[in-house]
Amino acid sequence: MIYLDNSATTKPDPLVLESFQKASERFFANPSSIHQFGGESEKLLQKAKEQAAELLHVQPEEIVFTSGGTEGNNLAIKGVALEHQGRGKHIITTTVEHSSVDEAFKGLEQLGFDVTYIPVDNNGVVSVRDISDAIRDDTILISVMHVNNELGSVQPVEAIGKIAKQHPKLLFHVDHVQGMGKVPLSLADSGIDLCTISGHKIHGLKGTGILYVKKETALFPLFHGGNQEQGMRSGTENLAGSVSLVKALRLVKERQSTGIKHMRELQQVLRKRLSKLDGVTINTPENAAPHIMNISVPGLKPEVIIHTLGDQGIYISTKSACSSKQKDESKILTACGHDKDRSASALRISLSYDTTEDEIDTFLNALSEAINQLKAILE
Amino acid sequence: MMQYDHILIRYGEMALKGKNRKNFIMQLQHNLQQQLKDFPETKVKRTQGRMFVLLNGHNPERVMEKCKDVFGIQSLSLAIKVQNDETEIKDAALWALENSTDVRTFKISVKRIDKKFPIRSQDMNQVLGRHLLTNTTGYTVDVHRPDLELKVEIRNEATYITSSVIPGPGGLPVGTSGKTLLLLSGGIDSPVAGFLAMKRGVEIEAIHFHSPPFTSGRAKQKVLDLAEKLTHYGHKINVHVVPFTKLQQHIFREMPENYAMTIMRRMMLRISEQVCKKESILSITTGESLGQVASQTMESMNVINEVTDYPVLRPLVAMDKDDIIKISKDIETYDISIRPYEDCCTIFVPKSPKTRPARDKVNQFESQTDFSGLIEEAVGGIDVITLTGESDAEREFEDLL
Repeated sequence: MIYLDNSATTKPDPLVLESFQKASERFFANPSSIHQFGGESEKLLQKAKEQAAELLHVQPEEIVFTSGGTEGNNLAIKGVALEHQGRGKHIITTTVEHSSVDEAFKGLEQLGFDVTYIPVDNNGVVSVRDISDAIRDDTILISVMHVNNELGSVQPVEAIGKIAKQHPKLLFHVDHVQGMGKVPLSLADSGIDLCTISGHKIHGLKGTGILYVKKETALFPLFHGGNQEQGMRSGTENLAGSVSLVKALRLVKERQSTGIKHMRELQQVLRKRLSKLDGVTINTPENAAPHIMNISVPGLKPEVIIHTLGDQGIYISTKSACSSKQKDESKILTACGHDKDRSASALRISLSYDTTEDEIDTFLNALSEAINQLKAILE
Repeated sequence: MMQYDHILIRYGEMALKGKNRKNFIMQLQHNLQQQLKDFPETKVKRTQGRMFVLLNGHNPERVMEKCKDVFGIQSLSLAIKVQNDETEIKDAALWALENSTDVRTFKISVKRIDKKFPIRSQDMNQVLGRHLLTNTTGYTVDVHRPDLELKVEIRNEATYITSSVIPGPGGLPVGTSGKTLLLLSGGIDSPVAGFLAMKRGVEIEAIHFHSPPFTSGRAKQKVLDLAEKLTHYGHKINVHVVPFTKLQQHIFREMPENYAMTIMRRMMLRISEQVCKKESILSITTGESLGQVASQTMESMNVINEVTDYPVLRPLVAMDKDDIIKISKDIETYDISIRPYEDCCTIFVPKSPKTRPARDKVNQFESQTDFSGLIEEAVGGIDVITLTGESDAEREFEDLL
């Protein structure tokens, strides 16, 4: 099997699985129970937070364990909007966000919030100037993703952070789900108040994630209850999940610098050879994240290519998995100003640290053959 | 990219210790190496009158945090080493200023030891000051009370640029003043007493009297957790856990109720002295302070102390409770100490303990029974638990994380 859909999800690292299983077996007590066994679980949870904080260079109390990217994004966005609506009801985001951000904003619009959607350029990148210009007196939130999940475009979140810092009344959220382990981002002192991380995109398990919540940032919780996770996310902690997530985070951080370089090299190979393929247009800009390569094959239905490759055990995807079941046209590519032919025929190849050059070579040959065959049939 | 590459360590009092000086410095180096074992690439180097921790890529602030708790250090500074070259020195000074936090005013102090360097100290102050002011905004020079004093030492081998001076804990390196046996009860005082002894360079072992089932496993764990906190300032601590139930019951059954507490303490000291003899420990340390509770009157101290001729160190004797609590919070033992478990001193509390016991009375009572068998049994049943700053559970956690 050649798995090139790592932006949808990644294969759990065996060490992560082992950590999950051991933690589940050994520390199954509820961290809130006052007996000693519960105390051990609580200690482990605290230790997990400390290690996560250390890896992210933030404080342990700024770590909130969540069930993943969608929850993190929802908690950050709705949490800020509902908590701070007294200060203003204007919120800002971009036109290329993941559906868990986009739909959260749409939901808030229904509740009477005023949303500004900042457009992107041909490369899928927002302008810092546009964001800055959109800020009003009643703006309470800006939410911008770090790395786009379909294109790999990198948003200037550091620069936006600097602007956000100058407006103490608003909070800045970054969806870092696709960026973690691929494009380094420093949180402390960045102007970023909230940052979403997902476990299963970094060889962790589904149902695990972290929302970084900068100290003294108040959020209206999505879940009310026993006040776990500093009161921001009630519900008995998923201790084994959180522990395994921290393990995944550590493994990724250890491999990050060589991993990024490796994926960057493979991406260059892809770019070089794909650009020579007839009928293929490259959508991912040059300075994108290293793990995503998005292309269009106008005239061919992406689904057909996916199935042709799938028959050979090669797995790539159309647009983001979270919206693949909806109509073919990519909202992101449309937002970049591409025509319908191009935005309805997009394919995404996404890499991991473990992807090999041989796999890329096999994939490229199979793709080229598939395109030729399908074109021959259609003509 | 520029970053702080070492930590400069200054030791104060130690430098005065005459012939022992070399031993003190070696011990400090050893203790630093022990504390930094989680940062495998760091190197601790000795040079004339000071010490350096070479970071070799480790996070400067985190290593600094660890060093800040090592006794014997007077102060520390993060430092950058550059060539004796005007441009390099300028760049590094600018970087150090821009990477400091909460700084609005600064001062530069150049010391030129390498006379081959062409610019004289005073002139170099001007050159660097001008360079920093023209390349930044919002900073001003204040030579009297600067937020940051950038020290630039142009030595023969290289130039060292150090940022603000952070005070160390002072004291003497643990291991340079012999070893003591600390009576660790689980209360607020005894860990603080241990901490203060360690600050004077004393290595500690601890002794704890355990009376199951009257005291629970949690009470014992509490003592181990306290000892664990103290390993932070040394490295390894042996805790001698004495099975005390039989002896304690015997005392409270056979001895007059109002003298039982005093006699119990005398038994504890007798057992402690035996442990000292066995382990070649030269003194006993307690958390006693004068007048805190009934057993800590001058009379009581006099009677209890009668049973041993080993020195009994009482670092807290002149301290107020508030000051003791403050230290226990600083060294993070307070929250452990206030866990509400019974310990051997709280279970058999007599209704009216004798606050002014007398030696002759106690000796008369004790002579009515033979305690030697029970004492021997207690000493024979001692369980030694070695704490290394990393508990079993934590090792297990590390495996999972």
